[in-house]
Amino acid sequence: MSNMVKLTIEGREVEVPAGTSVLEAAKLAGVLIPHYCYHPSLPVAGVCRMCLVEIEKQPKLAASCATAVAEGMVVRIESEQAKKARQSVLEFLLINHPLDCPICDQAGECELQDYVFQEGRAGTRYSEYAKRFNPVEDFGPDVLYVPNRCILCTRCVRFMEHVADEPVLNVSERGDRAYIGIHEGQKLDHEWAGNVVDLCPVGSLISKDFLHKARAWDLDRTASVCPGCTQGCSIMLETRDNTVVRVKPRPNPEVNRHFICDEGRLGYAWLNRTDRLEVPMVRDGGGKLVASDWDHALERVAEVLREAKEPWLALVSPGASNEALERIMALIRPRQGRGAFRVRTGPEAPLAGVNDLKLRAERAPNVYGALAAGFTREWEQTVAAAAGAGLVLVLDESLEGTDGKLGAAPLVWLGTTLPEPARARATVALPIANMAEEEGTFRNVQGRDQQYLQAKTAPGLARPAAWVLDRIAAELGATAGAR
Amino acid sequence: MKNEAPRHGGAGAGATAMAPVFEGEGRKKLDEVLSRYPNKQAALLPALWMVQEAHGWVSPEGMAEVAEVLGLTPAYVKGVVTFYTMYHQHPVGRNFVQVCGTTPCNVCGSEKVAEAFLKATGARRLGETSPDGNWTIIEVECLGACGFATPVLINDDFIESVTPDKVPELVARYNAGRS
Amino acid sequence: MGYPHQPHPKETQVISKYFGDAGAVSLEGWKQRGGYQALQKALGMSREAVTEEVKASGLRGRGGAGFPTGLKWSFMPKEVKRPHYLCCNADESEPGTFKDREIMRWTPHQLIEGVAICAHAIGAEVAYIYIRGEFTEPYRIMEKALAEAYAAGIIGNNAMGSGKRIDIHLHRGAGAYICGEETALMNSIEGKRGNPRIKPPFPAQAGLWGCPTTINNVETLAAVPHIISNGAEWYRKFCLGNPKSTGTKLYSVCGTIARPGNYEVPMGFPLKDLLYDLAGGPLPGRKLKAVIPGGSSVPILTAQEAEATILDYEGCVAAGTMLGSGGVIVMDDSVDMVYQIMRLASFYAHESCAQCTQCREGTAWTVKILKRILGGDGKPEDLDLLLDLADNMTGKTICVLSDSCAAPVVSGIRKFRSEFDAYLKRGRAVASA
Repeated sequence: MSNMVKLTIEGREVEVPAGTSVLEAAKLAGVLIPHYCYHPSLPVAGVCRMCLVEIEKQPKLAASCATAVAEGMVVRIESEQAKKARQSVLEFLLINHPLDCPICDQAGECELQDYVFQEGRAGTRYSEYAKRFNPVEDFGPDVLYVPNRCILCTRCVRFMEHVADEPVLNVSERGDRAYIGIHEGQKLDHEWAGNVVDLCPVGSLISKDFLHKARAWDLDRTASVCPGCTQGCSIMLETRDNTVVRVKPRPNPEVNRHFICDEGRLGYAWLNRTDRLEVPMVRDGGGKLVASDWDHALERVAEVLREAKEPWLALVSPGASNEALERIMALIRPRQGRGAFRVRTGPEAPLAGVNDLKLRAERAPNVYGALAAGFTREWEQTVAAAAGAGLVLVLDESLEGTDGKLGAAPLVWLGTTLPEPARARATVALPIANMAEEEGTFRNVQGRDQQYLQAKTAPGLARPAAWVLDRIAAELGATAGAR
Repeated sequence: MKNEAPRHGGAGAGATAMAPVFEGEGRKKLDEVLSRYPNKQAALLPALWMVQEAHGWVSPEGMAEVAEVLGLTPAYVKGVVTFYTMYHQHPVGRNFVQVCGTTPCNVCGSEKVAEAFLKATGARRLGETSPDGNWTIIEVECLGACGFATPVLINDDFIESVTPDKVPELVARYNAGRS
Repeated sequence: MGYPHQPHPKETQVISKYFGDAGAVSLEGWKQRGGYQALQKALGMSREAVTEEVKASGLRGRGGAGFPTGLKWSFMPKEVKRPHYLCCNADESEPGTFKDREIMRWTPHQLIEGVAICAHAIGAEVAYIYIRGEFTEPYRIMEKALAEAYAAGIIGNNAMGSGKRIDIHLHRGAGAYICGEETALMNSIEGKRGNPRIKPPFPAQAGLWGCPTTINNVETLAAVPHIISNGAEWYRKFCLGNPKSTGTKLYSVCGTIARPGNYEVPMGFPLKDLLYDLAGGPLPGRKLKAVIPGGSSVPILTAQEAEATILDYEGCVAAGTMLGSGGVIVMDDSVDMVYQIMRLASFYAHESCAQCTQCREGTAWTVKILKRILGGDGKPEDLDLLLDLADNMTGKTICVLSDSCAAPVVSGIRKFRSEFDAYLKRGRAVASA
């Protein structure tokens, strides 16, 4: 333990690895030192001066983000001196801040608001002077810059320079004339640029997608995993009135640190689709799919399955949960079954400054879960084999391009929607929840099984696929036993 | 060490042609500058001086050219340009006058010197180029020659101990020589 | 090019001996005056021996901080594993200071010699002289002198035949006071905004491009050849006061004074004599009111305090101010202190790099309050507010620009309160009329 350092922070003794900053050590001691420019995933700037603390035997207050711990150090965060320093930083930051909180998207999750509420001055001493004014600028596809709210913490500049490795933002001018600049003709359109909105501790960099959409305090937040690609970034699904309105990264040092790509951030609309399959449907004697209920539909499924010859085939989505995929495999494996999936691909987009973090080419969250469950990438061969199959099970696969190839065997469809091929071909169609509406796990490219929680309710009678498959298995077992 | 003497102001308000700076002789000079440093970025300030010498100011195109030759982004270059007050972000008059206005000169009457320049050149106010495009007068912070109050930079000529009564003659001299 | 005054008999001219002597500018002229013998001698000594000699001389940084020069050099790693660099700070941006300009204009080879000796002592093969952009004339002169030194083999791949490489390059600034701060200067050389860096790491550990770097002021380096030639003991004897302050120092006297200019005197010299004897005292019919002895960043002294001040590092601290860069700004009884303090605050507001909150916002706010007071709209509580802002701006930021803005405000209000009160009363008088 020779590389551990013992120190006292606000009366609490902590032991941390040498080289840790006082600010991070304080976190470990359970104390959050107020700060703006510091961010654990960015190089230290030490400029906001909000995290000043008193360190015994040091003549001046020290910036805790830029000061390494030392053996026997005694740190005081709530000393009169440190408190006055913080209060003065808040006062300095507020003199040019517009206080337009009622119309600011950041309100409720604004670190300036929070710390001023916590320990700011009751009134202003900056009387009768105009505040600094600069017009709003359109920085890029999803980012607006409201310079009047900017506190020049430079997190955005450091992110673009050191993490994205595409320095399109700068600090322009000097002194109180300074602002965040962008070069004419360049846009903040890097695949990971949206992170500057999260990094901004105030409402200066805001998302056009989220603009005036909801108040932060009205949002429900659910821990989830991004369904956009095989990276499996940890995210927070933010919902309002059962609608996903925003996706934010959730810190995960192993996978995505504090970041997500713009495609993942903005690609949530499908979770709110309204053209959903909401009731179980069964093909009647006249060959028409008609609405049914779960009991009847499941009975019908059991019937179909009981009568189906081998082999059984499954065509699945690599966006389905491990739980659903394993249950499908459990159904088909004893029946000479095989299953396959296909994946939509797109260009890779790495985030230069974080090792092994990229928007992966395969744009589905559970390719590795599907492989682990025993599904293969042999899509064409599996589709071709359908002609001779006794049963085709489909889990939320669009079936696009399979017209006429799937033979005449019964087709049991589990899907969030009912696309035309399914409408034409399904024997039974069962409505399932999308990933925001269920709890489950995905296995990412690194082989990590990661859990996501339910963020909203499923529409109509839709149920999680794993639940549906459990019922099918139960029904099958029960009927088999009864006869 | 063949760098030419520093020069600014110069090319003038009328200059619109933005010929590339780092070609031919300019490229050779830049290569010589680059040889002094372990990386290209360090040549940014000298390269910007070269642009200003050639064009009279550092235009967005000039910044882009510098960014290109030094492997930087234009936004990065702009952040640096706007930090240093001697780089002109806008065209200036043929004669660019910087009058010191900081305390040691101010107590010796520097404000009257600036006024005298405005009066003698027809520039209406500090920072605004005279209608004939010949003169831009600005007041600057300390020029580092406080014992020679009031020091004035006209283009690259550092002139010491300027008093209001000497201004008309100075202006006439530059008008005769430069326009 | 003439020098505005003759040397004064009370001066001790070491560095400034050839100011005004046009013959000393060229390499030939410099050699005739004994130039480059010190470099020759130093190149024959070990790195450590040169550093020890400078350490023993008691020479301290002349740029403002007064850090012992030899000690600073000794912080450089003994083994040269990565490139070592030397920066010569010729930014001379502190208002009231114009001594380095004269060193470069009249004795460019004196500086080159000092730079080369230091480069040898710290194991640097490359040195940069950072000259502020406004110094067009010193730049040309230094450029010419370097070309001469290169052509004569004094510097270059085989400096004076020693087998050592000493390259010296000029780097021109472009208008930024803060680039006189050592780490901001390094950023500026690296092609960045001149933002001061957080310390530690200190330059001797990680300076230019993260390599061990020493940075010294022009005047400091110009003193080095004399120390090498004449010995540490000789240099230590220039001391009239505290033994911790040795050698001669150039004072740039300016403002409302009869004979502004640079004066070189030993450490421990009375400020009163500098003002009244050397610089000729106040202008006819005027009386001194205030003196800022160390460049605009240090606390203001009243005339009475100034007359009792001893000019060395300790003497200035005892008087409640600092020796700083030695830029002595004199203000007589015609000067409006409130207005000039506003001008000084404006200077710092203009020059703030924008990094630290207290400085970026505090300097500008300070100016606004001072302008309100000057405009007759001051409020009775404004002075307390200024003092509290000054407290909030002192000792809290990466560099001391913010402190420098606060210093004249605090000392100005404390020592010239009646002038502030007069403005506040006038405002009230107008308001009630």
